[in-house]
Amino acid sequence: MTILMLCNLTKRYDGRAALDDVSFRVAAGERVALLGHNGAGKSTLMKTVLGLLMPDGGSVDVAGHAPGSAVARAVTAYLPENAAFHPALTGREMLRHCLRLRGQPAHQADALLEKVGLADAADRRFGSYSKGMRQRVGLAQALIGAPRLMILDEPTSGLDPISRRDFYALLDELAGQGTAVLMSSHALSELEARTDRLLVLSKGRLVAEGTLAQLRAEAQLPLEVRITPRRDVDGTVRALFPEASGEGVLRFPCALRDKLDALSRIAQARDLIVDFDIHAPGLDDLYARISQRGAA
Amino acid sequence: MLNRILSTAEIEFRIALRNRWVAMGAAMMVLFSLVLSAAGTGATGVAADPLSVIVASLVSLAVYLVPLIALLVSFDAVAGEAERGTLALTLAYPLSRGSLLAGKLVAQTVVLALAILAGCGAAALMGFAMGGREAVQGLGALGRLFWTSLLLGMAFLSLGHALSCLARRASGAAAMAIGLWLAVIVLYDLGLLAAVVADDGGAFTTRVFPYALVLNPADAFRLFNLAASQSVDAASGLSGAASSIAVWKPLAALLLWPVVAALLARLSFERVQP
Ligand SMILES: Nc1ncnc2c1ncn2[C@@H]1O[C@H](COP(=O)(O)OP(=O)(O)O)[C@@H](O)[C@H]1O
Ligand SMILES: [Mg+2]
Repeated sequence: MTILMLCNLTKRYDGRAALDDVSFRVAAGERVALLGHNGAGKSTLMKTVLGLLMPDGGSVDVAGHAPGSAVARAVTAYLPENAAFHPALTGREMLRHCLRLRGQPAHQADALLEKVGLADAADRRFGSYSKGMRQRVGLAQALIGAPRLMILDEPTSGLDPISRRDFYALLDELAGQGTAVLMSSHALSELEARTDRLLVLSKGRLVAEGTLAQLRAEAQLPLEVRITPRRDVDGTVRALFPEASGEGVLRFPCALRDKLDALSRIAQARDLIVDFDIHAPGLDDLYARISQRGAA
Repeated sequence: MLNRILSTAEIEFRIALRNRWVAMGAAMMVLFSLVLSAAGTGATGVAADPLSVIVASLVSLAVYLVPLIALLVSFDAVAGEAERGTLALTLAYPLSRGSLLAGKLVAQTVVLALAILAGCGAAALMGFAMGGREAVQGLGALGRLFWTSLLLGMAFLSLGHALSCLARRASGAAAMAIGLWLAVIVLYDLGLLAAVVADDGGAFTTRVFPYALVLNPADAFRLFNLAASQSVDAASGLSGAASSIAVWKPLAALLLWPVVAALLARLSFERVQP
């Protein structure tokens, strides 16, 4: 079931397009990551989905309702980018307020804080929290009332690796309950493979869409083969792999479909080689390639 | 809806408590009230009871202090949230912009009421200490001072909200608040005085001036309190012309201003894009 649908969404600031003809859907239980450099339009897209900004063209549909309508607000949770609650309030006070605003019993605040690992800091003032703790309070308020759509703007920025793992575990749990999740990030390496689908946004346009594996195949980044020959037979090995370059360690690119060929050539030269390695392109290589292509 | 407004009011009141606005507002009012009581009673030889005399001098103080406290408490309301990045979140909650402003207004009105009450309490204590039983005669004027101050303060709370919406940053809102205070409380009267002097009893003085005076919430506050207690305002210098104005006019202005200001704030908020 589609929870979120964007059709040809366009948003301009002073004539400059921050979102340009963006269309996609997010189904219940799906985790979709919106990827893009700073200024790509991720926050603008999210605010438009929340009904905080009016689009200049196209439409948004949240569970069959207009963005910003009472129903849409009631079923949508949001974690803004870099939000800092008032420094004079404690985490518990803030969450109790958030619960009441959503018409939920305020006593759930403790359970929520427990869930994001902040039970100990519940009575400390927000001003004394670290960046990661602030992000956790933000996350806790987004969990209120089993939302059907979650909009998380750069939720993993500022989280340490362990917190990030906890965050993805939480995301899995939510998706399991049927919540549609749309999260953004400017670093592909923070997303890992825990999302079902990636959308790459570049200068307001959607330039790629698919699973990580699909994007990788589509971008057609070659693998890199690295061979360490035995010192004494360096010349022989070079002759066997004429396409290779490099001192000491020989490197050469290899298309995905030629992987097995490369492997059998290496196997034939097994006596001449100390070690070898097939390196998959890094996520950030991939990302750079895709957004380059989108910008062109 | 009411629950959401009340919850917003509660959280805002907590913030005001922790930021010491409550303590500071009350302390300012009490301090000035005590100073004026001590200074004011020595000079007068009028038949009025001491509390009435204190209230009369408190009126000319409240006209400066109450709008100032109101603007101090309110200027951060929207710009501060925008700056902290929580405005977008608050507006994404099932809470209308009107309810959000209403919640803040309720909390800040309570803060203001406490401050004014503290000032009035101090004045009453001084009045009874100096005049004994006689001070009872001044209680009516004191009560009037309380609720008219509150109305004046509410108007400026909402004006502060409107400025907070117009300014993108809290610092900008603070500067605008000070500008507003200067313009409405200080410069407006000076301008009117200059105009009256230049006009020398012409059409401006008889036709425009009374309305111009009533339209300003601070002047309306002063006029109403002085007219209602039939005392003379030595501080403003506008009392001569003021005596010709019917009491209901400044009262209507005092009652209308909080409503008009709240509408202005609501309209300004509509234009804010988080
Ligand atoms: N309020 C605004 N006024 C004018 N331009 C804006 C505003 N907000 C964002 N932009 C511009 O829109 C583009 C997209 O911004 P944003 O959505 O914040 O990107 P991201 O979240 O991907 O970093 C940027 O070029 C930014 O400068
Ligand atoms: Mg952003």
